[in-house]
Amino acid sequence: MATHKIKVTVNGAPREAEVESRLLLVHLLREDFRLTGTHIGCDTTHCGACTVLLDGQPVKSCTVLAVQADGRQVATVEGLEKDGKLHPVQEGFWQEHGLQCGYCTPGMMMTSCALLARNANPSEPEIREAISGNLCRCTGYLNIVKAVQYAAAKQKEGVHVA
Amino acid sequence: MSPRTSAEVSGMGHSMKRKEDPRFIRGKGNYIDDIQLPGMLYLDIVRSPFAHAKIKSINTDKASKMPGVLAVITGETLAKFNLHWMPTLMSDTQMVLPTEKVMYQAQEVAAVVATSRYAAADAIEAVEVDYDPLPVVVDPFRALEPGAPVLRTDKKDKKDNRIFHWEAGDRAATDKAFAEADVVVKQDLYIPRIHVASIETCGCIADFDRVNGKLTVYMTTQAPHAIRTVFALVAGHVGLSEERIRIVSPDIGGGFGGKVPVYPGYVIAVAASVVIGKPVKWIEDRMENLQADSFARDYHVHAELAARKDGTMTALRIKTIADHGYADAAANPSKFPAGLFSICTGSYDLKRAFVEVDGVYTNKPPGGIAYRCSFRVTEAVHTIERITDVLAQELKMDPAQLRLKNFIPKEKFPYKSALGWEYDSGDYPAALKKAMQIAGYERLRKEQAEKRARGELMGIGISSFTEIVGAGPSKHFDILGIKMFDSCEIRVHPTGKAIARFGTKSQGQGHETTYAQIVAEELGIPAAHVQVEEGDTDTAPYGLGTYASRSTPTAGAAGAMAARKIRDKARKIAAHLLECAEDDLVWEPGKFSVKGAPQRAKTIQEIAFAAYTNHPQGMEAGLEAVDYYDPPNLTFPFGSYICVVDIDRGTGMVKIRRFIAVDDCGNIINPMIVDGQIHGGLAMGMAPALLEEISYDENGNIQGGSFMDYLLPTAMETPRWETDKTVTPSPHHPFGAKGVGESATVGAPPAIANAVVDALAHLGVKHIDIPITPEKVWRILKEKGVAE
Repeated sequence: MATHKIKVTVNGAPREAEVESRLLLVHLLREDFRLTGTHIGCDTTHCGACTVLLDGQPVKSCTVLAVQADGRQVATVEGLEKDGKLHPVQEGFWQEHGLQCGYCTPGMMMTSCALLARNANPSEPEIREAISGNLCRCTGYLNIVKAVQYAAAKQKEGVHVA
Repeated sequence: MSPRTSAEVSGMGHSMKRKEDPRFIRGKGNYIDDIQLPGMLYLDIVRSPFAHAKIKSINTDKASKMPGVLAVITGETLAKFNLHWMPTLMSDTQMVLPTEKVMYQAQEVAAVVATSRYAAADAIEAVEVDYDPLPVVVDPFRALEPGAPVLRTDKKDKKDNRIFHWEAGDRAATDKAFAEADVVVKQDLYIPRIHVASIETCGCIADFDRVNGKLTVYMTTQAPHAIRTVFALVAGHVGLSEERIRIVSPDIGGGFGGKVPVYPGYVIAVAASVVIGKPVKWIEDRMENLQADSFARDYHVHAELAARKDGTMTALRIKTIADHGYADAAANPSKFPAGLFSICTGSYDLKRAFVEVDGVYTNKPPGGIAYRCSFRVTEAVHTIERITDVLAQELKMDPAQLRLKNFIPKEKFPYKSALGWEYDSGDYPAALKKAMQIAGYERLRKEQAEKRARGELMGIGISSFTEIVGAGPSKHFDILGIKMFDSCEIRVHPTGKAIARFGTKSQGQGHETTYAQIVAEELGIPAAHVQVEEGDTDTAPYGLGTYASRSTPTAGAAGAMAARKIRDKARKIAAHLLECAEDDLVWEPGKFSVKGAPQRAKTIQEIAFAAYTNHPQGMEAGLEAVDYYDPPNLTFPFGSYICVVDIDRGTGMVKIRRFIAVDDCGNIINPMIVDGQIHGGLAMGMAPALLEEISYDENGNIQGGSFMDYLLPTAMETPRWETDKTVTPSPHHPFGAKGVGESATVGAPPAIANAVVDALAHLGVKHIDIPITPEKVWRILKEKGVAE
C-alpha cells in the first residue's frame, strides 16, 4: 500500500509521519502521536467522540484521512490547557458536572470551543444545536449546556477562548 | 438535612467537584483502547451473515498468508482446548466460536490475530466460510409452537425452545379476586429489544506472561472480581488458576449493564495471548457492539388489572414471554431468571398478584441484560404504570387521583408486597404531590382542555415508580453461587491520609468522589485526602461489581462499616493518648475529645500518627480495616415523574415540553452527582420511549445495527429536566442511602408513553407500544382523521 509523508501541526507543534493512504486522522493522532484523548465511539460519523479542530473547524476525525490533514493545523483536547491553566470550557465541564464517564467529553469540549469562537454569547438552543452531533449517554445534556454557558460567561470576563 | 462536616472535609451532603474529572477534561483518562503494550497484537472477528446456518467449511488459507497475520482461530482451534463453549452467568451455555452452526446474525465465526488493526481488518475479509442456511426462528411465540425447529440441538434432551418457566404470587387467590372484580382492564405491551450503546464499546487486552504463567486482562468490565473467578472456572483445565489471573478494569466509557457479561471476543483474545505469548488487543466497533453484544428487554407482556368501581385496585395478573435469543446470557442473580420483575405491583397496595414469565430461545443474539436498570425492573414499572393509566381511562378517573387512592400508605412501611418483597421505606403521596405542585398540574389540565377544544394535541403523563435495587442479601442473591455482598478496605496512613479500595467499579458514576465522601463523613478525614481505587483484582477486595444501582447500597455501606471499625480502634488509641477510659470519649467528625473537657482532644490525624509511632502495648500497629457488607434487605428508591408533551399533527412528532422528576433515593452523598445521575437516567428513559429499538426481519436480519438507524437522543430532543427530591432514608442502610443511578431510566418511559396516550385519549387511543416514533403517531392521527 502506498505511503505518504505528511506534516501536521498538532496543538501548535509541528509533527511528521509516514502514513498509508487509508489511515484515518483519529488513528494518526491516537496511535502514531499517542494523543489518546480523542476517542472513537462509532463507525458512521454519528457520535462525535473523535471531534478535533482542523484549521479551527470541528471535524469528526474518524471520517478524515490523515493525508487530508497534511499542511494543516489540528487542535485536540490535549492542547486546551495553556501554561498550567485550564481552558474556560474545561473549567465549565468540571464546575457544572458536565461529564460522567468522560468518554464523549473531549469531543464535546472541542465542539464547544468551536461554537464559542464563532458565537461568544450562544443561547441555549444554539448550544444544543451546536453539540447535536456529539452523543453523550451519561449526562442527559443539561449540565453540558450549563458548562458551555459557564465558559461563555468566563469569556465575557475577558478570558480568551479558542 | 445540612451537612455535618465542613466543606473542607466534604462528607455527605456536599456537592464536591469530582475528583476524577481533572484527568478526563485533559484527555488523560485511561480507557481500554488507550492502553498500548510492547509487542501488542490485534484481534478482529469474522461474523456470520446468517441468523441460522450450518457451517460447511471455513477456509483460512488466504487469510493466513496475508501480511502481518500471525494466526487465524476457528472453533476447531478452540475445541482442542475445550474452550469453544463457555457458561453464561445464568448457567446456560454459549459458543465462543462455532464448530457446527451459527445461531444469530453477527455471531463470531473465526478470528484473526495480526500485527496491526488494519492488517487484522483486511484479513477477516479473506476468511472464506461456506454456510448452509437453516430455518430461522425470530418470533418467540412461534418458537413455542409445536413443530417449531428446536434451536439448541447441542443440548441432548432439549425438545423445545423454552428456557424456563418462572412464576410468583398466589394464582388461585388472584384468579378469585379477578372473578369478583367490578372492573378488569387488559393490555398487551411489547417492551422492545434495545441496546445500552455506551459511547465506548467493549474490548480487552489479554497479556499472558509465559515465564511466570500469569495472565493479566485489561478489560471493559463492570465486575472484575466475578470475571476473574469465571475465567478460573472456565480455563482452569488449561492451567489458568485464579491466583495467576489478574483482571484490570481501567477507566470505563459507560457500562449500563452491557459490560457485565463475558463476550466471546474476550475469551478468544485470552486464548490467543496464551497460545502466542504476546499481548492481544480486541476492540469492538460500533456495529459489532450493537449487533452481537447482550441486548436488554424484549418482553412481550400481557397484563390485567382488577379494581372496584371506586378505583380501588384489587389484583394484578401478568403473563410474559421473554425473548432471550439463542442463549440465556442475562446477568441476573441465579435464583431470579426473570430478574426482579416481581416488583411489578409497583407503588400500589395490591392485595393479590400473580406473575409468570417464560424464557424462550430464538435466532437472535444472546442476552437479557439490564439497560441501566436493576434486573427487569424497567419492564415491571412500565407494565404497572401503563396499565394504571389504562384503568384510569376506563374509569374516567384522573390518573393522579387514581394513584393517590391506591398508593401504599406511609404508615404501612415496612410493607410486605403480594409478590413477597419487603419494601423498606416510602412516602409515595409526598413525591407525587410535590411533582404535581412543581408542574402546576391543575393549570396544565386546564390548558389541555382549552387546546383540545382548538384541536391541538397536548398530553400530561405520570409515573409513580418504585425501584428495587442494591442486590443483595446473601440468603437469596448470588451469581454463579457467589453471594452478592460487596466490600471495602481502608488503610489510614501515618500522616492521616487514606486509601480506600472497593469491590465495585465506576463507569462514570463518580465513585472516586462519593466513596471518598463516605469515608470523610465517617472518619472526618477530608475527602480530598482519601484516594479511592477500584477495578484491579490484585489489590481491591473481592466484590460483585457495579450494576443494578448496587454500589452505594452494598460497597458504599461496606465503606461506612470499614470506617467505623477504624473509628473503634481510633477510640482505643485516643483513650491511650489522652489517658482516659474509652467510654469517656466523645466523637465528632475528625476528633475524639474527653467528655466535659473538650480542649482535651485528639484529631484523627494525630491518632493515625500514633497508630504507627505510639500505639498501646498489646495492640497491633497500623490503622486499617476491611468490611464485606451483606445487606439485610434490598433498598426501594421511588419517585413521581410528570411529563408534558405536544404532538405535531402534521408529522406525528412528539415534543417533550416539560419533564418534572421528583426522586427519593434516601440520604444523599453528593447532591450534584445525584442530579447528574437523574439527568442521565432521564435521557436513557426517553431513549426507549421515543427512539430506540433493535428489530429483526423474518430472516433474522438486524434492522438498526448502527447509529445510522439506532437513534440515541441528542441535545436537541432532550428537554431541560426539572428535578427535585423528597428524602425518606433507608432504615437498614448504614447511612440511610438507597442508590439512584437507574431510577430515572426506570421511571421515565411510562411517564412519556402515558403523556402521549393522554394527548390522544379523546380520540379513543388506549395504548401505544414504545418506542413512540413519529411514524406510529402519524398513522394513528391519519386513522383518526386528525392528521394535518
